[in-house]
Amino acid sequence: MRGNAEAHELIAPGSLDAALDLLADEPGEWTPIAGGTELMVAHAAGGLNAKRLMSLWGIPALRFIETTPGNIVIGACTTFRDLRDNGAVADDLHLLAKAASWIGSIANQSRATVGGNLVNGSPAADSSPALLVYDAEIELASVRGKRRVPYTEFHTGYKRTVLEKDELVYAIHLPRRFARHRQYLRKVGTRRAMAISKVALAANALIEDGSVREIRLAAASLAAFPARLYRAEDAVCGGAVSPEVIQAARRALLAEVVPIDDIRSTADYRKCVAANLLEEFLVSLKTEGPQ
Amino acid sequence: MNAGWPAIEFVVNGETRNVHVPPMKRLLDVLREDLHLTGSKEGCGEGECGSCSVRMNGELVNSCLVPVLQAQGACIQTVEGLACDGELHPLQQAFLHCGGAQCGICTPGMLMAAAQLLANNPRPTVAEIREGLAGNLCRCTGFKRIFDSVLSAAAQTEIPMASETHAR
Ligand SMILES: Cc1cc2nc3c(=O)[nH]c(=O)nc-3n(C[C@H](O)[C@H](O)[C@H](O)COP(=O)(O)OP(=O)(O)OC[C@H]3O[C@@H](n4cnc5c(N)ncnc54)[C@H](O)[C@@H]3O)c2cc1C
Ligand code: FES
Ligand code: FES
Repeated sequence: MRGNAEAHELIAPGSLDAALDLLADEPGEWTPIAGGTELMVAHAAGGLNAKRLMSLWGIPALRFIETTPGNIVIGACTTFRDLRDNGAVADDLHLLAKAASWIGSIANQSRATVGGNLVNGSPAADSSPALLVYDAEIELASVRGKRRVPYTEFHTGYKRTVLEKDELVYAIHLPRRFARHRQYLRKVGTRRAMAISKVALAANALIEDGSVREIRLAAASLAAFPARLYRAEDAVCGGAVSPEVIQAARRALLAEVVPIDDIRSTADYRKCVAANLLEEFLVSLKTEGPQ
Repeated sequence: MNAGWPAIEFVVNGETRNVHVPPMKRLLDVLREDLHLTGSKEGCGEGECGSCSVRMNGELVNSCLVPVLQAQGACIQTVEGLACDGELHPLQQAFLHCGGAQCGICTPGMLMAAAQLLANNPRPTVAEIREGLAGNLCRCTGFKRIFDSVLSAAAQTEIPMASETHAR
């Protein structure tokens, strides 16, 4: 059943402060809507439960990319189009730029926001694996002030986050320290455009003297929410990448993931593909030799 | 029309328009029902097919996913705004010439996606055309004639992008 526009209130507070005041005055009453590419789809199907919505679209204080020598800070309402167009993101966070280019279509990317992608909390969210391997921190704002949480602690369960009722996602902080890392991102879906992933794996690794000094692995669609693969990382970190290490890493990955069976794929397929993606990344480290 | 709703104002194809509609009403429905601009089509209603594509502030959007309040103050171009002084836009001429339209349902969206692409990239490769139109589905043409149409429009030396007057 098609949703009825008259059944929903929508207002535009116009500024970040006004939006936060509204959330503080009536906690739980107002649902933010940014690009609407999740909420309007729910609305189309008559499944939008929120009765009172406030628009974050067009609030300049939430749509920015700020670059300092050490960090890139991305406002919550930055669109995936903005991310694709930004030189600093392309240079220093190219996995994020790549993920942005995969989100839906051009029309989707010009509306879909990175904050909406995170708060929606889909296990398959395309920006998540890249943000996880880049050590992102999420900055939340409320009238009580701002606080930062590591992205690894942001999701607490299926479509659940640490966001309090009076809080908005304000920005995402990313350190610029991965230029020397080997980087990898691959999404496996039904079609290149417009397809939600069956599995996605992001990775980066710092190789020194033929050894893996640092490694971060993160996956989408392998658990209730996007997450790092710490056991597989431990299986690789500290030594050279040998065939034995690759096998151990595959086993570690298979032991720690809990993928779902759903309309897009089966758990077994997801596991198999994820292990293959990991192997592809590790083999690329081995064959390229020490830097 | 319900005068009880606050006014929402935006520019469509160069003309300032005012509507009094529920703010959650989809831009697509406002264009079609309130402004009688029925060129933009509804295929899926959920962002998957692109037949409702319009340009808003120089970006391509699916108008089925835009609550009209978020179009407040925006410059919008629909397929009706492509032709200029009774002359079809070069893209429209190319679609006619190359057989880029059959039933026509996807065509307005294809034209807007193609106009968006050419505004940013006047000489796209086939791969770039495929990417630019990847969010627009067509069940008739098999896509090749659409890509040919865009290539042919782009190959013309001068592309008077009517869109440029409304974009950015
Ligand atoms: C056709 C189509 C294809 C898609 N393809 C992909 C894909 O390939 N990969 C992918 O990952 N996603 C995809 N999506 C999903 C969607 O586009 C993304 O999740 C997008 O990033 C959501 O952002 P938004 O601003 O549009 O969200 P909205 O719908 O505006 O909001 C989503 C949720 O986030 C909340 N929210 C938004 N901003 C904030 C904030 N600043 N603070 C607190 N809460 C907030 C809202 O209340 C809501 O719960 C697709 C969607 C469609 C329609
Ligand atoms: S009708 Fe809007 S994308 Fe299909
Ligand atoms: S011409 Fe019929 S859907 Fe494209």
